[in-house]
Amino acid sequence: MSRYTVQRVGFTLLALAALLVVIPILWVVAIVVVRGAGAINWEFLTTMPRNGMREGGILPAIVGTLLLTLGTALVAIPMGVGGAIYLAEYARDTWLTRAIRLAIINLAGIPSVVYGLFGLGLFVLFLHFGTSVLAGSLTLAIMTLPIIISTSEEALRSVPMEFRTVNASLGGTRWQAIRNIVLPQALPGIVTGVILGLLRAAGETAPILFTVAAFYLPRLPRSPFDPTMALPYHLYVISTQVPGMPEKIQYGTALVLLILVLSMNVVATTIRSYFRRRREW
Amino acid sequence: MRTRQSEPKIRIENVSYSYGGKQALRNVTLDIPANAVTVFIGPAGGGKTTLLRLINRLNDFVDGTEMSGRILLDGQDIYDPDVDVTALRRRVGMVFALPLPLPGTIRQNVEYGPRLAGLRDRARLDELVERSLKMAALWDEVKDRLDSPASALSGGQQQRLCIARSLALEPEVLLLDEPTSGLDPISTGKVEEALYELKQRYTIVIVPHSVQQAARVADYAAFFLMGEMVEYRPGREIFTVPHDKRTEDYVTGRFG
Repeated sequence: MSRYTVQRVGFTLLALAALLVVIPILWVVAIVVVRGAGAINWEFLTTMPRNGMREGGILPAIVGTLLLTLGTALVAIPMGVGGAIYLAEYARDTWLTRAIRLAIINLAGIPSVVYGLFGLGLFVLFLHFGTSVLAGSLTLAIMTLPIIISTSEEALRSVPMEFRTVNASLGGTRWQAIRNIVLPQALPGIVTGVILGLLRAAGETAPILFTVAAFYLPRLPRSPFDPTMALPYHLYVISTQVPGMPEKIQYGTALVLLILVLSMNVVATTIRSYFRRRREW
Repeated sequence: MRTRQSEPKIRIENVSYSYGGKQALRNVTLDIPANAVTVFIGPAGGGKTTLLRLINRLNDFVDGTEMSGRILLDGQDIYDPDVDVTALRRRVGMVFALPLPLPGTIRQNVEYGPRLAGLRDRARLDELVERSLKMAALWDEVKDRLDSPASALSGGQQQRLCIARSLALEPEVLLLDEPTSGLDPISTGKVEEALYELKQRYTIVIVPHSVQQAARVADYAAFFLMGEMVEYRPGREIFTVPHDKRTEDYVTGRFG
């Protein structure tokens, strides 16, 4: 075989490998769309569940997931980006910062159900927040923090050191370099990290299991201290806990969750490419 | 070694400096006069750039360094704990070997320093932009596109933009670290011309990128070798009648 043929065979194998990755994803999406699309209508999206969730809509679960994602964002973005700025721009390499980094890496590897138990212990019981949107958001925020911190730190570090030196040579402080140059340049990467983290938070079941999610609560939460239904947990419930559940509603719920997460993804990608186009180096 | 002037702009007194256990400068003493071009020459690793960066405290960012001796600007020790480092860096500007425009337009680049210092007056900023770009010999080439991205300029234009950016702060001293190393001869010529104009008003210290350039621009020249200052003399003497054998070997191109 000529070198050219070997290369062709190699390329083909690599292309096949890439294709194999895509197939299961498309398959899952296709099944959910085919079986769930029929369930989606205005009533399904805007009304309360009825008859033990076997009829009616999933409004409280949609609202609950949106609220939880928003709450997570409010807590995790400032803390995560702030922490990343500290680690990337200010912290010197000491045993303390090394310990913090190690902790962040390990936090990212903890199973989500452990976060759920932690949230139950700290927020629900010890701090008396009860099973509530607040407790759930805080639990999801802690789970999301390591993702946001490590991707944001990476994004900040990828901004060339020389910009900071130029800023200093022009009489700028460290903070002025961060605010005027480093942060704007790192924004696409930070946005990516934030969205990845929030997407994970929106789709997780285990952390909200003990901290916020209601099994069946056909009304909307009125304060941060109310429990709420949420899409991932609702999906789990109607798939395994309720006998005689119409399949259409199960797949419809899955489809709504999928669309929600995918549309957040699209928004994120748009924001990211917008900022990336304005980057100049 | 002292120069003829009684009151030097910058006085470097017995400065030794090491980082990461490596001795970069050994007992360097020299006076840098105002309104003249002083060049630091010598082979790579001699400590020229290190000394340059010490003069506006850019090495503060480096960890694990040790410095002894004093550096005086107008008689004041710039490493005194009371010194406001950002104010010092406004008085002592720096131009780097690789031109690095900040993200943004030409105008934003020149305005960057003054804005950091709190200047907001539009008319005053416009005036500074025009004056600085003129001094850096760039005005005629960019006056019609001040609001286009700085990254679109050629390498030579970018370097003159970086000089203008430093000048916009109206510093007293301008440090230049091989400012023409990445430039073609025509751009280099323009930068050197700009330097000649600038020394009427500023104290200029430059690490040139070649002995030839050093000989073209120097009013005073110091020769550095492996962290030591071997010889420091006014004018072109160092290039024509060097006293030290090592200096002679370097300027005649026997090593470098």
